[in-house]
Amino acid sequence: MLSRVADSLYWMARYIERAEHSARIIGVQLNLILDQTSLSTDDRWKRILESLGDPELPNGARDPAALTHALLWDPACGGSITSSMNNARENCRQVRNQISSEMWEQLNRLYHMVRRHSADPRHSIPLEFLLSVDEGIHLFHGITDSSMSHNEAWQFIQIGRFLERATNTSILLDVHFRHRSHHHLEWIGLLRSCTAFEAYCRARTADVRPDWALEFLLLDDTFPHSVRFSVDRVRAALATLEGPGDLGERLGRIVGRLQASLRFIDIDEVMESGVRLKLEEIQQQCDQIHVAVQQTYIDYSIEEALGA
Amino acid sequence: MSNFSDLLRNYEINGAFDEMIDADGNVRPHYEALAKHLLDLPPDEMRRRKQASDLSFLHQGITFTVYGRDEGIEKIFPHDLLPRIIRRPEWELLERGLTQRIVALNLFLHDIYHDGRILRDQVVPREMIYTCKHFRRQMMGLNIPKDVYITVVGTDLIRGADGRYMVLEDNLRVPSGSSYMLTSRQVMKRIFPDLFQTCGVLPVEHYPQTLLATLRALAPIGRPDPTIVLLTPGVYNSAYFEHTYLARQMGIELVEGRDLVVHENLVYQRTIAGLRRVDVIYRRIDDDFVDPLAFRGDSALGVTGLFNAYRAGNVTLANALGNGVADDKAVYAYVPRIIKYYLGEDPILDNVDTYICSEDASRAYVLENLDKMVVKAVGESGGYGMLIGPHSTREMQEDFRRKILEDPRNYIAQPTIQLSQAPCYIDGQVEGRHIDLRPYVLYDGDKVTIVPGGLTRVALRKGSLVVNSSQGGGSKDTWVLND
Repeated sequence: MLSRVADSLYWMARYIERAEHSARIIGVQLNLILDQTSLSTDDRWKRILESLGDPELPNGARDPAALTHALLWDPACGGSITSSMNNARENCRQVRNQISSEMWEQLNRLYHMVRRHSADPRHSIPLEFLLSVDEGIHLFHGITDSSMSHNEAWQFIQIGRFLERATNTSILLDVHFRHRSHHHLEWIGLLRSCTAFEAYCRARTADVRPDWALEFLLLDDTFPHSVRFSVDRVRAALATLEGPGDLGERLGRIVGRLQASLRFIDIDEVMESGVRLKLEEIQQQCDQIHVAVQQTYIDYSIEEALGA
Repeated sequence: MSNFSDLLRNYEINGAFDEMIDADGNVRPHYEALAKHLLDLPPDEMRRRKQASDLSFLHQGITFTVYGRDEGIEKIFPHDLLPRIIRRPEWELLERGLTQRIVALNLFLHDIYHDGRILRDQVVPREMIYTCKHFRRQMMGLNIPKDVYITVVGTDLIRGADGRYMVLEDNLRVPSGSSYMLTSRQVMKRIFPDLFQTCGVLPVEHYPQTLLATLRALAPIGRPDPTIVLLTPGVYNSAYFEHTYLARQMGIELVEGRDLVVHENLVYQRTIAGLRRVDVIYRRIDDDFVDPLAFRGDSALGVTGLFNAYRAGNVTLANALGNGVADDKAVYAYVPRIIKYYLGEDPILDNVDTYICSEDASRAYVLENLDKMVVKAVGESGGYGMLIGPHSTREMQEDFRRKILEDPRNYIAQPTIQLSQAPCYIDGQVEGRHIDLRPYVLYDGDKVTIVPGGLTRVALRKGSLVVNSSQGGGSKDTWVLND
């Protein structure tokens, strides 16, 4: 497969994952605002912005209405759902002949839906909009998994999707542990932001404790939004590709190290040695994996490739 | 056939040759099956089939891009429901004529870029070649596999008022449209399965395989199992749909310039498993943009160093570079003489009379008759830069007068020809519209292959003579009958 194609698929998947993640986080927090928790609306918004990795906001976007508008519908705002969907579609358009037409059609439908709201948001209800983005993306994933061969192209979609997810989940956990709250609604919110509430309850009952929530979202090996699960999927996808030479080996080592640390660590150790330290380390390792994927499959130099 | 006249209430015959109706007002024998079918179908059923066909094109995303505004707009290529039908003997004549023409033009290109015998013998003026903006001096003396310059041609044919076929244009650079021929056939088979059986239509579906075999035959020596790719300018190009379609049908990789690298005169594609050697490039990029080192330095579409690899014989480009010198609209006027010169034969297919504006007498005649003639810029294609005298305003004529006087070499003129007309299904009625025909001719140095059919382009606006998709044209399927 051409490197450019792999790159476009990888970024398409990252942007779609980012849009889905943002939609859920914002949705959950907007819901919490309705619940009159101890957190002030300002702090609530601060938390949303931090969870999204502090996107650059247009000038003057401070009050809730302006912030909602920017994060949902402003195509010029880098982290907004509209901009993520635009980027996802643009990448998809470049590789239209490599994916199934059903996938393209679904992404296109979703893109036009988002654009409609973005062009004229006067009558849009944010929570409804966020829900339809979330649903639309779930549908896209279903179509992807059932209408496309699980070949190299599909593997690059997996790498992008799960690497983005691992990064996003660890940032989200980081934010929640930075502003540790004792209100259990906040921790339920955290779980809901990862569609994890029901799965958590099944594993741990409705007794929501910070360290248990952390363990579930960080180390659970069967829940698809946990960091460990995501890293396992990245590794599995990479294992199917024949990585060229030394670069491939290096990439394998970086991913293997992260996977092993998540597999063999114990939640008490994490709590003792410092949660934030661990989460920052994970984010750095995710960045390293991204760089190594680029260097191995996409941006390699001619000399390196011919020497290999 | 009295009922038939009912369906044809709006069908006018206006001096142009009519593909379906003969001079006495009778349906020509090879259109009878279609005519009968049209009669048998209730109007609602006809409308339903038209909708099914339109929807099919929409869903397949069969689009082209119109330029002229800030950003290209994607449009569905309009498709007419009624096939254009050609009898086999007629087709065989076209085959012979096109074969003769491509072989002669290929010899001409080889000669121009080597000894220049035809220039020395003053059959074609030297000046005309060296002032052609598509002449590539970088190609001088360069030897290419099997001396094949023209691998794919899409020749535009028209029929005059007497029904005689004439060549209007040779497209020897990067002809497009074959994907419409193929997709249109697919759709038609779904819409009119019964009619295909009664008529006995020759197949065109093997075009991609034949093209692939042709490209394979032109691989550099010593590359028995060549890697072939299709080079596209990218998603913003007007023919991007066609590029993806053909690549998929041939099972070859669709690459952009940035996917290819040249190292020590070898061409590679960047894959996730490392660099892979490329042997043959079916390029759908214009000469100017192929290699910023050899041609336009500001091109971001091409591949740096590609021309050197080509010169070294390590990669085949199809079509070859510099072909534009043979489909220049002024050189066109000399093609009958070119055929005679190299093959010693009279041309089987005629040219349209052409006035070369750089010749004084011709220019004077053209300037006097601007309102009757079609004036074309020699280097343009796609219906851009054209004046159709009888349909033009005084200002447009004055504009062209000025342009011709400023740069006579850049213009030719031809008498306005009433292109033949064929029945089209328009708003629930059958009406006549002007058409042309572009068959696709493949040449691998040993043999010429033409799939029986092609792209019939239709000027969908009533009375219009311009069939280009960028100017309101559409297409229809072309049936060559096995009779």
